[in-house]
Amino acid sequence: MGLLSKKDANLILDPLADNNPITIQVLGICSALAITAELKASVVMALSVLFVLSMGNVVISLLRNVIPSKIRIIVQLVVVAALVIIVDQVLKAFAYELSKTLSVFVGLIITNCIIMGRFEAFALGNTPGKAFLDGIGNALGYGIILVIVGFFRELLGSGTLFGFKVLGDPVTKTGLYSIGYENNGFMIIPPAALIVVGIIIWVQRSRNRELIEEA
Amino acid sequence: MAISTDKNSYTVIFAVVMVVVVGSLLAFVASGLKPKIHENQRFEKQQNILYAMGVNENEGDGDVVFVPTTSVEEEFSKYITEQLVLDGSTAEAKENAYLIDVQKEIVKAKAGEKAELPLLIGEKDGKKFYIIPMSGKGLWDVISGYISLDDKMVVQGVYFDHRGETPGLGANIKQRFFMDDFIGESILNGNSFEGITVAKGNNDPMNNDKEDNAVDALAGATITGNGVTAMIKESLKLYKPYLETIRTN
Repeated sequence: MGLLSKKDANLILDPLADNNPITIQVLGICSALAITAELKASVVMALSVLFVLSMGNVVISLLRNVIPSKIRIIVQLVVVAALVIIVDQVLKAFAYELSKTLSVFVGLIITNCIIMGRFEAFALGNTPGKAFLDGIGNALGYGIILVIVGFFRELLGSGTLFGFKVLGDPVTKTGLYSIGYENNGFMIIPPAALIVVGIIIWVQRSRNRELIEEA
Repeated sequence: MAISTDKNSYTVIFAVVMVVVVGSLLAFVASGLKPKIHENQRFEKQQNILYAMGVNENEGDGDVVFVPTTSVEEEFSKYITEQLVLDGSTAEAKENAYLIDVQKEIVKAKAGEKAELPLLIGEKDGKKFYIIPMSGKGLWDVISGYISLDDKMVVQGVYFDHRGETPGLGANIKQRFFMDDFIGESILNGNSFEGITVAKGNNDPMNNDKEDNAVDALAGATITGNGVTAMIKESLKLYKPYLETIRTN
């Protein structure tokens, strides 16, 4: 990271592991449960949040000295909502197919607590450059967990990855299915995501015991 | 900063300026992009209609490939020979009937008001297709689609779409493995209009039985599946008077 000072680099690296928005701050759980049945949806969601969070963080940071504190939450909401709507409209006009895949995510982005959380906790008190890096870092930290959960849920639940049948065909019984393997239908329903996230939290905390919260 | 951001007057002014700026920005973006968005939506409808009558570029298994947007208008006017709106069992031709908002018309028709229900007639390889637009409720939002029938009331193809069903679960109604199951199913049971049920555990996962008025349901998407069943049934109910007139046995 020659381009960035150590402090700036940490803005990106910390949320990837030791200060992960999902597993440590426990934000953004709702979307992590809802849309991770497929790897593709996880990736698309992660990219959408990456864009909205980094841009929104910059906008809020630029406005941080003029936003009246009494209505700052509303201002933050307006910024996210406006960004999301503009992105949605532009996609509908120029990348219609993509916008159809994104449809369900647009609303979910606005309600993602990571976004409001980073605006409130970081962007309101830091310069735009730092806020941008913080946005990238947190969105990547969020995205990593989404992709991990999506990977296991799609692989074990449907036997596919990105829609490709990696374990063989369950109907004609080829590949793994020929020796009696079955897809686990439980993995494609949302509670399975909770369990996968729980396992990630467990693994992460047993590797780094400092992360364990005091009871 | 010299200005005090805590004053009430400042807060009110800030809120007003913010609303005006963001509001006009969004209005500007929306009106600027509107024609392009409408064109995309029109192409999409044409692609979906053609898909339901089997005009698509599907290759191999799994993928849903539409006629490309560059040629869809041409193909649409080539294959779709008649566009009708129905009033009970009578039908009259109407230009661009496919653009009618079916969701609204179905609500009107169900309430017993006068409605314009569009029906498209397509022709491919000398065979006639009756294409019916449908609209209903999924788990989260509207689901919609087209079903194409021949004059024996056997399904020739379907296309389903949704606005917000869960990816990997309900959203799979627009996947090939689900839509292809409908092809060849009859909507008639003996002489009555039965529709097609999205059935759980119907002992026919490979869908070999084409006479059972049922296709295999999607795991984890019960409510979306029930929505599809209800959508087919209720739309066909509205079109039944007309379908009776074209039906041959």
